[in-house]
Amino acid sequence: MTSRFLEVRDLCVAARVQKSALTPIVKNVSFAIETGKVVALIGESGSGKTTISLACMGYARPGCVITGGSVRLHDREVLELDFLERRRFRGTDVSYVAQSAAASFNAALTITRQVTETPLIKKLMSANEAAEKAVSLYRELDLPEPETIGHRYPHQVSGGQLQRLMAAMAMICDPKLLILDEPTTALDVTTQIEVLQAFKKLIRDKHTSAIYVSHDLAVVAQVADDILVLKDGEMIEYGPVDQIIHEPSQDYTRELISAAHVMPKRMPEIRTPTIQTTQEDVTEPLLVVDNVTAGYGPNHQYLALHSVSIEAHAGRTIGIIGESGSGKTTLGRVISGLMGCKQGEVRLGGMPLAGSIGTRSRDELRSIQFAFQMADVALNPRHRIRKILGRPLKFYFKMSKGEADHRVDELLDTVELPASFADRFPRELSGGERQRINLARSLTAEPKLMICDEITSALDTIVAEAILKLLRELQERLKIAYVFISHDLSTISKVADTIAVMRDGKIVEYGSTVEILTPPHHNYTELLLSSVPELRTDWLDGIEAQRTTARTAAAG
Amino acid sequence: MTMPETELRSPLRELLSELTPTVFICALILVGFILVVIFAPLIAPYGEGEILTNDSFALQGSEGKAQPGSTLLLGGDFLGRDILSRLVYGARVTLSVALAISLLAFLLGSTIGFLAATLRGTADAILSRIVDALISFPSIMIALIVVTSLGSTFTVLIITVALIDATRVFRVARALAMDIIVQDYIEAATVRGEGLGWIMWQEVLPNALGPLAAEFGIRFTYAILFISALSFLGLGVQPPHSDLGLMVKENIQALLYASAYDDLRYALICISPALCIATVTVSVNLIVDWYLKSTGASLPEEL
Repeated sequence: MTSRFLEVRDLCVAARVQKSALTPIVKNVSFAIETGKVVALIGESGSGKTTISLACMGYARPGCVITGGSVRLHDREVLELDFLERRRFRGTDVSYVAQSAAASFNAALTITRQVTETPLIKKLMSANEAAEKAVSLYRELDLPEPETIGHRYPHQVSGGQLQRLMAAMAMICDPKLLILDEPTTALDVTTQIEVLQAFKKLIRDKHTSAIYVSHDLAVVAQVADDILVLKDGEMIEYGPVDQIIHEPSQDYTRELISAAHVMPKRMPEIRTPTIQTTQEDVTEPLLVVDNVTAGYGPNHQYLALHSVSIEAHAGRTIGIIGESGSGKTTLGRVISGLMGCKQGEVRLGGMPLAGSIGTRSRDELRSIQFAFQMADVALNPRHRIRKILGRPLKFYFKMSKGEADHRVDELLDTVELPASFADRFPRELSGGERQRINLARSLTAEPKLMICDEITSALDTIVAEAILKLLRELQERLKIAYVFISHDLSTISKVADTIAVMRDGKIVEYGSTVEILTPPHHNYTELLLSSVPELRTDWLDGIEAQRTTARTAAAG
Repeated sequence: MTMPETELRSPLRELLSELTPTVFICALILVGFILVVIFAPLIAPYGEGEILTNDSFALQGSEGKAQPGSTLLLGGDFLGRDILSRLVYGARVTLSVALAISLLAFLLGSTIGFLAATLRGTADAILSRIVDALISFPSIMIALIVVTSLGSTFTVLIITVALIDATRVFRVARALAMDIIVQDYIEAATVRGEGLGWIMWQEVLPNALGPLAAEFGIRFTYAILFISALSFLGLGVQPPHSDLGLMVKENIQALLYASAYDDLRYALICISPALCIATVTVSVNLIVDWYLKSTGASLPEEL
């Protein structure tokens, strides 16, 4: 059957900004899905991809209205259904998997109770039937212990498992259309592959149609049949995956492809240490982390770092990579003084640093700056940018108000933002702009070393690319050393001169970027490398066998 | 998505655009009361303790026999003093004492609450347990004990009630700050090497201000009721000063007149100060509710 299962024509959605005015946020979008096919909606945040996918269920978020167009699902016009009819077909005909599974589950109820809620409420199955159905879905999704995992509570399973359980919840009524909204964005690369594989298998086996929303082209290429590229609510390009990837007709699509999270294909894109570096290596390193053991709880009871040693040189970048829980953020916290260590020491320019912030001198504090992952929570929402950037100037350099204001303007210029931003609040900036302010705040202190903790992880690929470029330029100009913490090997390989691979609080491999990325790899590095998607459609299918061997090797 | 224009409008104007008729009326009432408090001597037709008639509970609009030519617009009290004048002076005392209490309570309560949340650990445990101990006594009992032993002056009254109120504010401020203190921007300030003062007043306070302002409204009405209750028991504001709660107590016998003469106008003499209390309390509460709803600032659950 190749009938057009879902057909969206000239869909328009508008946001109610003021009481009377409507601002269009989705403009004349049309696409169609055949039964059993997957269409991917791809674009930056704010491009309207979530809005469109919600409109396919006849839903508009509060403050938004669907102003025109048609959504035909099978033989029904979704937008003409009344409230009760829509409610009846949601969950059974169409279901939705949200980005954050952790936020979508109720922490106080067991998983199966939530997974089977829809068929029970709609009286489609008996409790036993629904539970059996759930178990069979868990099995199909490759979840461990499918018989009993449903008795657990959401916090007792991992993030990747929860995301798959969320898919089970969506699939329990055998919907004809599945909407997946950035289902893997919040996951580690290694977990992302497993979830992707599970989703792909499920869609194939159940012959379900799906809409896959993402900003990452490399991920989308693995699951989708057609891709719809969106920008500012408008269609940029629409076509089969191969055509979009290999023969993009629009500049914007090419931009997306170059920013995709893939490993640089040619070695020159990887930063190769020049001869100059080897000379510098002979000289004293700027920062030495010497055999540090540290942990949480009273008396470092729960160890997160085991005898970790790294070095950072002025004007160079050291990349720290690992999955969540590998201790990479803890290492950053120890260096910055947010945490003391049980054994070992941290030396800056040959001088040992005190373990806690209170005992470090103001100059030592100034030399090491910490750039946080989430700029939207790292900037005080009630402070204007002028205050956010001006405070470190007054604090470290005792600048007067006039001097500080002048310097704030300069700093905004350094991070390529207009000076008028000084009077804005963080919420009035976009995600990428906020991250620039976050970096600018670290720069105000004129540090020798900057710890960048996953600073691009929460950003769209294109915005992340711009931030990385900015970081490189700043390094060349100001000779700052970066400790770049990330779970994304493709990002690290673009910025780092040396890489430390971390797992379970230990460094498993440490060396120059070229050394790490050229075979033979350490088993765990191999696993990480194999998890970075490649921009071709058959990558996911081919990777399974390779990863299984890598995983067993890494575990052993 | 482009930035919606509303984001750039001043928060105050945005707030005012959502003004409902009810809230507008409440605001007018409050402004009226504030004017009365400030200009009490100009508004009150007679003095606070001036006796206009020898009768107890003169009816509304009757002539003051002791002072020819005077009229008791809202009637006279048990000593023959003008109810209207006493209401004006009473509102002045009650509202300004309540305001002083709330301000002091918030200064104390939020400082210690923020301190407990920022320091955490032992300091938090000690402060919280002290507050728990204070909260475990009925507040009216503590107030009665302190006021009877130290004497009922304005200073003693304000400080005692403020201390009792501060324990409640402490809980709210601490719960609010607990949520704020784990944010990355606090950590960013800590890494910078900022001291306790900056973190408490510059990083935490601006983010707690919305819910605290709402709590201030609620505490203010409680303070009014609390002093009125103390005055009613005879331990609050002392005669000849007027106070809304005290007026209810003084004129409670008017209710007997009302039933004896079967004339509700007598009851009004006693009820009018109570009505004043109710009007202010309800107005403040409605404004607070509206503020909470329109700003989305809700109170933390742990109170």
